[in-house]
Amino acid sequence: MKLNTKTNFHPTDSHFFRAYRAGDDFYEALIEMHRGLSDELSAKVNARLILLLANHIGDLTVLHEAMGLARGEIEKVDS
Amino acid sequence: MLATYQNPIYEYERSVDQNTDQIPHHPVIIVGGGPVGLAAGLDAGVHGINALILDESDTVSVGSRAVCYAKRSLEILNRWGCAQRMIDKGVTWKVGKIFFRDKLIRQFDLLPAPGHEQPAFINLQQYYLEQYMVERLRELESVEVRWKNKVIDVVEDERKVTLTIDTPDGPYSLSCDWLVVADGANSGIRARMGLESDGKVFQDRFLIVDVVMKQDAPPERWFSFDPSYHRGWSTLLHRQADDVYRLDFQLGWNADPVEEKKPENILPRVKAMLGEGVDFELEWASVYTFTCRRMEKFRHGRLLYTGDAAHQVSPFGARGANSGFQDVDNLIWKLDLVLQGKAKPSLLDSYCEERVAAAEENIMNSTRSTDFITPKSNVSRLFRDTVLELAEHHEFAQLLTNSGRLSDPSILTDSMLNTPDSSNFAGDMVPGSPLDDAPMEMGGEERWLLNTLDGRFHLLYFIEDLASLEPFHQSVLIEMQQQSVPVIPIIVCGEFGSIGSIDGITTLVDAKGLAKQRFDAEQGTVYLVRPDQHVLGRWRKFDLEKVSAAVDKVLGS
Repeated sequence: MKLNTKTNFHPTDSHFFRAYRAGDDFYEALIEMHRGLSDELSAKVNARLILLLANHIGDLTVLHEAMGLARGEIEKVDS
Repeated sequence: MLATYQNPIYEYERSVDQNTDQIPHHPVIIVGGGPVGLAAGLDAGVHGINALILDESDTVSVGSRAVCYAKRSLEILNRWGCAQRMIDKGVTWKVGKIFFRDKLIRQFDLLPAPGHEQPAFINLQQYYLEQYMVERLRELESVEVRWKNKVIDVVEDERKVTLTIDTPDGPYSLSCDWLVVADGANSGIRARMGLESDGKVFQDRFLIVDVVMKQDAPPERWFSFDPSYHRGWSTLLHRQADDVYRLDFQLGWNADPVEEKKPENILPRVKAMLGEGVDFELEWASVYTFTCRRMEKFRHGRLLYTGDAAHQVSPFGARGANSGFQDVDNLIWKLDLVLQGKAKPSLLDSYCEERVAAAEENIMNSTRSTDFITPKSNVSRLFRDTVLELAEHHEFAQLLTNSGRLSDPSILTDSMLNTPDSSNFAGDMVPGSPLDDAPMEMGGEERWLLNTLDGRFHLLYFIEDLASLEPFHQSVLIEMQQQSVPVIPIIVCGEFGSIGSIDGITTLVDAKGLAKQRFDAEQGTVYLVRPDQHVLGRWRKFDLEKVSAAVDKVLGS
């Protein structure tokens, strides 16, 4: 598996003392990105975000693994 | 009436201050006899400051209320001489478990590193905590507590603060140099001074229930998202002393607080959570909402606001009382230096600056937890539930799972008091950080590093071997203790160093090498430590001028 599912959030230019801090910064920004949007617009923003990040990652092996995991677990949860 | 605890009654006593036409003057008056006001009294007492605590009630907390006390609080309480009794009575825990739809998705250990005297957390009912603090205060000569003394007026002028106090014998007046305001979230003093605490009210209600039951389960914190017995909401379980368990049910904003507090409505919820066949007694219940807010400034002239009066957070993370203790720990040594005329009153502005930064961090963490526990929109619920689903298998999602970021001490990296590093150091013991504890030996006996510090400035001086200490440094270290603001040296020898002692200097052996590692210490490294055990500055080589300059920066001279 080339996809990293270990904790990987980190600040660009400072040091955080608490292991949870960078992830929490990300999560807050993610929720904030959706503030005030309708459900349709939120879906749209999510799609745009995925495409932007996918291009940034670029590595097709990583992207295929992530897609497999994302889809696979949904099937497992629903069954 | 609780089955496991009876509130002590502290009788009102008429004071000599009530028998005079003058307005008696006290250096420090503390308003409020809750955990934070009592803490201020304890810290004043161990510093030998004459202080008076005024409390409008005549007992300790009614109901268990704040129950989680973190390692840093215990370290502070230990300095005041009352931690051990709380640990003995309380329930020590360090493991938290998080469940999503009845499945365990994450387990965390809050104290993964060994070699700390104090446990990660204890759970103890607030009334025990307060009672033990009151009893410890009675051993301290310079502090007096007056029960049934309610402050009804406050007037501040350039020289003093004058209070009008109501008592069963009628009102009387007192004045003081400094007023420590610790009268809680709905601070009467704050309101009287026309000041506000601003922030956010969360639209959610929680039912907390204490039940008494015999269980063999290990003491752990169990947080459940969307459990089958309380669909769509969250619950929390904690064990306290005397086989009392704290159950916390999220109810949502539309719940009726009066209805929810009725035993006939509480019982089915508790039974559903605990399962059939579990015997329990209801002990106490309360329905609460919460706010995250703070005052803009914690110092207003001669008034110093502390604890919930200054800042408030949601309970997820135990950042209320625990941050209140840190407020007091930060404030009282500064007040001591100002009262003695050794530091300028402007030192108290650093209390405001440092603890506002700490409150901001606590409010941020507690707001984030609340937003995770109570998603505010469809998309945030979708992300929240998806994080919880992924957490079962993926580490990154486990760390994103936020059921409360449990109280950790504030690292005062931006403090105006710090002397910045001039050399490279690894690790987290940066200027502003509270000292990590480490196991030590002194004269062949085991002891702890933090326990060796006594509320004054200290200089930790790391060397491999006593024989390698420069004789010149030895005499300087002894002289530093005689200064008007003493700096007490502690020599920390390497684990393989020779065991011995130097007259007039405390010498520790870093028995397991943990201090050296935690402080990234080398031969000759020194750490200057504030009276509240935060790092002030550190150097690779001892230089008296640099150390003195760092202390002078604090004193404002």
